[in-house]
Amino acid sequence: MTADIRRTAAELADDLASGATTSVELTQASLDRIGAVDGAVHAFLQVDAEGALAAARASDERRAAGQVASALDGVPIAVKDVLATEGLPTTCGSRILEGWVPPYDATVVAKVRAAGLPILGKTNMDEFAMGSSTEHSAYGVTHNPWDLTRIPGGSGGGSAAAVAAFEAPIALGTDTGGSIRQPGAVTGTVGVKPTYGGVSRYGLVALANSLDQVGPVTRTVLDAALLHEVIGGHDPKDSTSIDQPLPALVEAVRQGASGDLTGVRIGVVKELGGEGYQAGVLARFQESVELLTKAGAEVVEVSCPHFVHALATYYLILPAEASSNLARFDAMRYGLRVLPEGVDAPSAEDVMRATREAGFGDEVKRRIILGTYALSSGYYDAYYGQAQKVRTLISQDFARAFEQADVLVSPTAPTTAFPIGDKVDDPMAMYLNDLATIPANLSGVPGISVPSGLADEDGLPAGFQILAPALADDRVYRVGAALESLLLEQWGGPLLDRAPDLEGASA
Amino acid sequence: MTTTTDTLVPFDEVLERYDPALGLEVHVELNTATKMFCGCPAAFGGEPNTHVCPTCLGLPGSMPVVNRRAVESAIRIGLALNCSIAEWCRFARKNYFYPDMPKNFQTSQYDEPICFDGFMDVDVDGETVRVEIERAHMEEDTGKSTHVGGLTGRIHGADYSLVDYNRAGIPLIEIVTKPIVGAGEKAPAVARAYVSQLRDLIVALGVSEARMDQGNLRADVNLSLAPKGSGTLGTRTETKNVNSFRSVERAVRYEMQRHAGVLDAGGSILQETRHWHEDTGITTSGREKSDAEDYRYFPEPDLVPIAPPREWVEELRGTLPENPTEKRARLQAEWGFSDLEMRDTVGAGALGLVEETIAAGSSPQAARKWWLGELARRANDSGVDLADLGVTPADVARIQALVDEGALNDKLARQVFDGLFAGEGTPDEIVAARGLAIVSDEGALSAAVDAAIAANPDVADKIRDGKVAAAGALIGAVMKEMKGQADAARVRELILDKLS
Repeated sequence: MTADIRRTAAELADDLASGATTSVELTQASLDRIGAVDGAVHAFLQVDAEGALAAARASDERRAAGQVASALDGVPIAVKDVLATEGLPTTCGSRILEGWVPPYDATVVAKVRAAGLPILGKTNMDEFAMGSSTEHSAYGVTHNPWDLTRIPGGSGGGSAAAVAAFEAPIALGTDTGGSIRQPGAVTGTVGVKPTYGGVSRYGLVALANSLDQVGPVTRTVLDAALLHEVIGGHDPKDSTSIDQPLPALVEAVRQGASGDLTGVRIGVVKELGGEGYQAGVLARFQESVELLTKAGAEVVEVSCPHFVHALATYYLILPAEASSNLARFDAMRYGLRVLPEGVDAPSAEDVMRATREAGFGDEVKRRIILGTYALSSGYYDAYYGQAQKVRTLISQDFARAFEQADVLVSPTAPTTAFPIGDKVDDPMAMYLNDLATIPANLSGVPGISVPSGLADEDGLPAGFQILAPALADDRVYRVGAALESLLLEQWGGPLLDRAPDLEGASA
Repeated sequence: MTTTTDTLVPFDEVLERYDPALGLEVHVELNTATKMFCGCPAAFGGEPNTHVCPTCLGLPGSMPVVNRRAVESAIRIGLALNCSIAEWCRFARKNYFYPDMPKNFQTSQYDEPICFDGFMDVDVDGETVRVEIERAHMEEDTGKSTHVGGLTGRIHGADYSLVDYNRAGIPLIEIVTKPIVGAGEKAPAVARAYVSQLRDLIVALGVSEARMDQGNLRADVNLSLAPKGSGTLGTRTETKNVNSFRSVERAVRYEMQRHAGVLDAGGSILQETRHWHEDTGITTSGREKSDAEDYRYFPEPDLVPIAPPREWVEELRGTLPENPTEKRARLQAEWGFSDLEMRDTVGAGALGLVEETIAAGSSPQAARKWWLGELARRANDSGVDLADLGVTPADVARIQALVDEGALNDKLARQVFDGLFAGEGTPDEIVAARGLAIVSDEGALSAAVDAAIAANPDVADKIRDGKVAAAGALIGAVMKEMKGQADAARVRELILDKLS
């Protein structure tokens, strides 16, 4: 009997099927790894050993009875703390939700449970998913397993670090402007943002409703497809979810893994590269494009002229929606309640003000103020209204580009992981991390980040982004799997094999 | 009691110098089985905070799903008000902080309402006034706050407040009129007639319980004055908490008189919310609107646009009740009411009640007699609308049936109404409990008549001499003896028999 935590979810599923291991063994091995390295990594805000082991026992019993719930039944998973989990605290990385235990499961969490995956715990994140480094968590920063002095990306740094540090085989993340893909890029893992509406948002604590999407955080493209098929599909509780069957994703991965991309047109987006991108990141990107060409793909350069306005557009739409979403945190019904000092008989309004002052961090306050301003009477047309128009132009850019290419590619993030503390006081520098990932959220198209290698100058991972038209998620899996298999062949093994051993490390 | 230092100009004088403009916003709480955006029961009442779920509590992560039946009701209301139905419309968030609002925004509609540009023809003292409808849109209700302690029951000065979220998320339709100008002295009556006839329409559509006293139908009254003949619109006030037809009329009248007082003194009207006080018949200042009104509306990103298919709209048009104007003409003919009788019935807001009473078996004249006579008097005495009196058309029909059977007379019937107001049960239960039935025991009646004759020999002699009119005195004595529970006509017969 073995429970090798370095094996992929697909391999672990095979081990479970063959009887080489049990879910309890696997879950315990993950919990042991968390115990050994999470002091240094701090990927988890909550570890639910008891719940995970109970679910693992149930999985083993099901399997013994010959009633396997899904392809991943028994494979443990970590969940970003922005997803509601019944009976398990959900903080969104914020003080204001300290102590809140949801009375219900997010649809994706319910699906994961129904598929038999034990939930190891909840992972760290920038407060309410606002950030690109996980430094904006109210509960401490998460460290990049490649270099503990560096950020793991954000907002879903906890999920990416947990997977990169082998604390969990797979995890759930959410992506509003790159929060799955950018952490994937800087931790050498795979992250997928599905088509908007492809995965239910019910129970995802909204940052920006029109941009948010739940997706897989994994070490391989196949694992992402397996998890995507568990969580995807129509949900009547989410009115924006698409009432159509998912494309065959695992099938697309198997097709791509053959390494043949004959007839596939790949568009390199002119505006997503060049100035502002780290040399080592660009070098790995170019090499990846060459590999895809060798695999038979036809590579063309495409222009998306409005992408240069994507960041400005995003930073109007997101704060506007967020300012309204976060209004409910007012100490009246749940979460933190702070009584104002020196006020004898505080009114509800006094308590709301004191709680929001104490409960929200600076980045959250900054965006609430921005959003409130952008929606104000007299400014709406100039800001929010204008941003929606530019959003339409960006979607039109995508539509034209997808006439010339089946998928679009770019580096996922402009740089590798930067040192903790480097950009935390410079919001603009922080926001630039999401330059290449934001356009996909603005127009709802799916995207994947696949590791492309290590940058020469710092030896840290870089990511390769693949985007496809809405509903064509299978294309990102096919091309992603092809690139992954070609690179694995070149590297002679997984990129993460080159990451430092964390046992005994301390941050 | 809330008092006022407002200077009020006599109503007639207001009209000498000013033209009033009215605007009415009526909220109708729909009677759908479930709430606007979740599956919780929308039923009135229930133990506090039992009809709730993550969505109507606004818990983090929860999402709304539109209630199809509520959209259907909105479209039917819109069609009945002669509105256009949007081919495409959206919900919007109205952002403001208040403890009884779970998300601190209300999911409503803003510049894209589902129904717009309609009208309703309203009968005011026999004259038809066309009230133009600007829009009817869908939104969700808030929770209900109870402020405990303090003197006013309002949030200021309260020791603490309790919030019941059972009401949060109940579907509302807000119906907004265009400014109603040119009504002059009839402005208060037009306001009342509009709300009253709108209620009849809502009841006929069957989309709401439409009880003003229970808050199923809530009216906000906008009023402004402009210098007479100027053709302009003045600054308006919005009076809230007006929850009877009678109060709608009184609130318009009061605000006209108050505005004139301010304007006459050279002041200007503050654009603000006013609170109506039922007990004293005055309004007081609420919050000032000018600085608080930035609701930062934007389209609700958790919902997709609503695009009602035209075939569905036409199908719903087929389910509309009869046009109110045609219906009034038909009923008048069926009931044989004179123009005056019909006008009084409509004016008293009793049309629906009379119709239902007749449907429950009463004759048209009897139904009219009770609602416009005894019951109108009692409603007026207690300052409530007929519909909110606590007497149902079925009760009235039953009481009239008992009168027709000879089991009750009008005097006893009034005592049955007393019992109904005191909550003593159904008319039959009250008759039994109070022992109100007319005594039909001939023996007892005969003995009482004999006793009266014996006690009043001189009156008896006059009757024997053929002065039949004198019988009244003996009837009175018998009725007194029988505590009113006798059929006066039978008593008269017995007296004349015995003395002939």
